[in-house]
Amino acid sequence: MTAETRPTAARSSEYNQVALVDLLDRVLAGGVVIAGELTLSIADIDLVHISLRAVISSTSTLTSSHYEVASGRG
Amino acid sequence: MAEHLGTWVYCVTRQLRDERLALLTGVDREPVRSVKGPDLAAVVGSVDLQEFGEEPLRRNLENLSWLDNCARSHHRVIQAVARSGPVVPMRLAVVFHDDARVGTMLEERTDDLASALSRIDGRAEWGVKAFSDAGASEEGSDTASDELDRGPGTAYLRRRRAQLSAHERARNAAAMGAEAVHKALSTISEAARRHPPQDERLRGDPSWMILNGAYLVEDNRVDQFVETARALDDEHPGLRLELTGPWPPYSFATVEERGF
Repeated sequence: MTAETRPTAARSSEYNQVALVDLLDRVLAGGVVIAGELTLSIADIDLVHISLRAVISSTSTLTSSHYEVASGRG
Repeated sequence: MAEHLGTWVYCVTRQLRDERLALLTGVDREPVRSVKGPDLAAVVGSVDLQEFGEEPLRRNLENLSWLDNCARSHHRVIQAVARSGPVVPMRLAVVFHDDARVGTMLEERTDDLASALSRIDGRAEWGVKAFSDAGASEEGSDTASDELDRGPGTAYLRRRRAQLSAHERARNAAAMGAEAVHKALSTISEAARRHPPQDERLRGDPSWMILNGAYLVEDNRVDQFVETARALDDEHPGLRLELTGPWPPYSFATVEERGF
């Protein structure tokens, strides 16, 4: 995970660089859905699903340490 | 238009001066231009269909660095246009055959798009997320029930149950706090929407995300909104609030979906 996707990057409205995770909420699930003729089948929930699956699989190795921290606390 | 190019649509706005788009580049590092309709203009760019056509797009959207770059470029264009007036942002990946087809879309959807523009005129989207440490939990309770199964004595079991119910209470209190926060922020917004909580693996943060709210706020009430968010953060010590924005009104720019 890159520095700008960390939640702290989104803490303040003064940051120009938005957190990717906040941006994906909006560009994948918000905005107007006018089916572009060339991208008819890439719409709606489909888009969120395929993209987030990819992002999660590429970040899972980096965040495994958090799980250790979390269960160690319990 | 060349066979291998398609027209990517960023957003729709009222008529804009093309010099506002000078030097702006899009998702394919292409120069951005406008397609003019009767009362509206679409901001578009020509993209290579070998990368942005349906099949390659499907593949590329699963590539984190590609998606990162694409989402940020899309956002950058929309934000730049938003500086000159209200915009209706498009969802990622709206690609037409050519500019003429975009012009037809603008004509056919003028009423819908114009009313979407007036709904968001003079307003911006703000995000408020609420987190709780009462959360980091589901694994916590799994571990606890494992231990219960093989627990050695009744005292231990009692202690564990007490811990669990304290945990449960903390979670309920946090959830109720988040509801109150959302309600208070909705009251001073023109519209409100809750996105699903973000996956903790995406956030890289094990705390529990209870609220992922989006609020459409009048430009002249922004100070009040930010102040209220700050006050709510103080009022709810069990919650940590994070504010983002202003955003172009992604979560509130909607027109009814309709085929061509």
